Amino acid sequence: MEKLTVMNRIDHVFIERNDTLNVYFTAGYPVLDDTISVARSLEEAGADMLEIGIPFSDPVADGPTIQESSQQALENGMTIEVLFGQLKSLREHVTIPVLLMGYVNPIIQYGIERFCDKCAEVGIDGVIVPDLPMQEYLDHYEANFKEKGIHNIFLISPNTTETRIREIDENSSGFIYVVSSSSITGAKTGVQEGQLAYYQRIQEMKLKNRRLIGFGISDKETYQTACKYADGAIIGSAFIKQLKNDASDSAIKEFVKGIKK
Amino acid sequence: MSRFNVDEKGYYGQFGGAYIPEMLYPNVEELRQNYLQIIESDDFKGEFDQLLKTYVGRPTPLYFASRLSEKHNTKIYLKREDLCHTGAHKVNNTIGQILLAKRLGKSRIIAETGAGQHGVATATVCALMGMECVVYMGEIDMARQKPNVERMKILGAEVRPASSGSKTLKDATNEAMRHWINNPDDTHYIIGSVVGPHPYPDMVARFQSVISAEIQSQLQEVEGRNAPDHVIACVGGGSNAAGAFYHFLDDESVNLIASEAAGEGVASGRSAATTTLGKPGVLHGSKTILMQTDDGQVVEPYSISAGLDYPGIGPMHAHLFDAGRAEFYSITDEEAMIAGIELSKLEGIIPAIESAHALAVLENRRFERDEVVVLNLSGRGDKDLETYIKWGKY
Repeated sequence: MEKLTVMNRIDHVFIERNDTLNVYFTAGYPVLDDTISVARSLEEAGADMLEIGIPFSDPVADGPTIQESSQQALENGMTIEVLFGQLKSLREHVTIPVLLMGYVNPIIQYGIERFCDKCAEVGIDGVIVPDLPMQEYLDHYEANFKEKGIHNIFLISPNTTETRIREIDENSSGFIYVVSSSSITGAKTGVQEGQLAYYQRIQEMKLKNRRLIGFGISDKETYQTACKYADGAIIGSAFIKQLKNDASDSAIKEFVKGIKK
Repeated sequence: MSRFNVDEKGYYGQFGGAYIPEMLYPNVEELRQNYLQIIESDDFKGEFDQLLKTYVGRPTPLYFASRLSEKHNTKIYLKREDLCHTGAHKVNNTIGQILLAKRLGKSRIIAETGAGQHGVATATVCALMGMECVVYMGEIDMARQKPNVERMKILGAEVRPASSGSKTLKDATNEAMRHWINNPDDTHYIIGSVVGPHPYPDMVARFQSVISAEIQSQLQEVEGRNAPDHVIACVGGGSNAAGAFYHFLDDESVNLIASEAAGEGVASGRSAATTTLGKPGVLHGSKTILMQTDDGQVVEPYSISAGLDYPGIGPMHAHLFDAGRAEFYSITDEEAMIAGIELSKLEGIIPAIESAHALAVLENRRFERDEVVVLNLSGRGDKDLETYIKWGKY
C-alpha cells in the first residue's frame, strides 16, 4: 500500500488563518471526564486550536490558576494513561488541531516512545514540554517525534537572545510559542510596557516558523494585539478561571465569543 | 577525567543537566558561562577565603571523638561543621553565592528554605552584603519552624509563604523558581543544596568542598595520611555530603557512606529514603532520583528532620548510588534520635537531627578497630531542641 502523507492539522490551520485562537485547558478539570466535552464545546465556539494540559504536581512555569486546576485534576484521578483513554474518541468529536502540554517527568515515566505512539494513535498534532531543553530534545526525543509526525513546540521569552531565537527557529516545527513577558502563566495581564517593542522585534526577525503569543492573553484586547504581531494567541489561565466559575457548554461558548468578536 | 565529578555538559553519569523552562534559560546560561571564571579568580578566592576564616570561623576543627570511638570500636573523627556561624555548613555556600551574585551585578537575592537553615544562612549573608533578600518557605514549614522565620526577619529578610501544592520545601523551591522567571534581570537565586539545574549542583559542591579540603590537611597532621578509610554524611539534597566527599570522589580507597532519612521506616509510607523508594526522573531542573508515583507525580516525603525532608537527591549522589561508588543507608527517626542523644552524652555535643542520621550509621555498620572514619557533623542541635524535648527519652 502506498504511504499517505497527511498534513499535520497545525500546519493546515496556519494556511487558512493568521489570527489563530489556541485555548488551553487542564485535562480532567473541573471534572475527570470533562476532557472531550470541553474540547468539543471549544471547537463549536470557534477556537482554532486546543492545548490540553497534562497535570503535574510541580508545574514551575505555571502560576497559581493552572497549578490549582492541575492539583484538582490529579485529585480527580487524571494520569497520562487515563487521558489517552479519554482521547481515544477525540477525533470522533474534534477536527481542529490538538496539542498536549506537559512537564517532562510524567512523560519520561510513561516512556517517550510509547507517548509518541499514543499521541499519533489518538490524533494529537503537537506537544509542548516547557521543561525539556532544546539540546536534550534534539539528542534524545526528536527522532520519535519526527517519526510520528508530531510537532514539538519551543518557547521564547523577552530575554531569549537573538542567536538562540534563530537556533530555536531552526529546530522548530508547527509554531513558536512566544511568551509575552518575563513571567509564569497568568501572572501579568494587559499589554505591558515594552511588550509591543518586543513583539515587533520578533516580527521583524522574519522567522520561518509561525508564532503564537501566550501568557497574559486574557481578553479581546490582548488577543487582538497579539494577532497584529503574530499568527495568533494562546489563552490559558483566563479560560481556567472561566471553567472554575462555570464549565457549562453555554458558558464556554460565551467566553470564546467574548474574545473572537 | 573524573569518573564521579561533573562532566563538561553538566552531567554526573546519566544524571544532572538543566531541565528548565526557556524563561529561565538566560539566567542559568549567564551563570553557567561565568561561574567557573569568577570562582577561580584570585579576587574571588581572596574574599571568599577571608570571609570563611574571619566570619564563618573556618577551618572548623577535626575532632577525635575518643569516647564515641571506644563505644563503636573504631577511630572516629568529627568534622565540626556545627561550629560554623549560623550553626551549620549551609553558610559556606551562601557566602560563595552572594560573592558570585555581586560580581554578576545582581542586586537582589531569593532563596527557598525548608526548615529555615538555608533561609537563615542566606538572610545572614544578605545582611552582611547589604542586599535585598526574599526567602520562600512553605506555609506549613513556617508554622513548624517559627523561630527561624523570626531569625530571618531580624536579619532583614522578607519571608514569603509558599501556599501552593503541599506547602513545604518542594513548593518553596517551585515558588522561588517562578519568582526568578518573573524577575530575571536583577535577581540571583541562591539554591541551598547540590540540586537544581546545572551549574548549581557543581557550584554548590565546589563551595562546600572546603570541608573535604580541610579534612585532608587536618588528617595529615594527626594521622600522617590525607585520606580516611570512610567518610560518613547525611543526605537530604546532599550539600554537606557533596562537600565532605568532594576531594575523595575519585580516590576509591576512600569508602563514601551516605545516610538518608527513612522517617518512620522505608515501608511506612512516611519516609524520605530517596534511593530506596525513588526512581530516575526530573525534579527542580535536573535529572536525578526522586520519590514519585507510577504516573510521575512528585511524592511528599517525611522525616523528623526537616533538612532531610526532600523528595530528591542531588544528581552527584544519584550517580554515586547508581555507580555503586557510595554506600547508602536509610536511617529511621528513632535510630537518629538515639544516635543524637548518644553523642550528646558521650561527647558533650548535641547534633542537629540531620547529622544524627549520619551518626546512626555507626550502629548499622561495623568498622575495623584501626580504620579511620570521618563523620561530617553538619549542624548543631540548638534548632532541634523542641524535637529532642518532644522525643523525651534522654
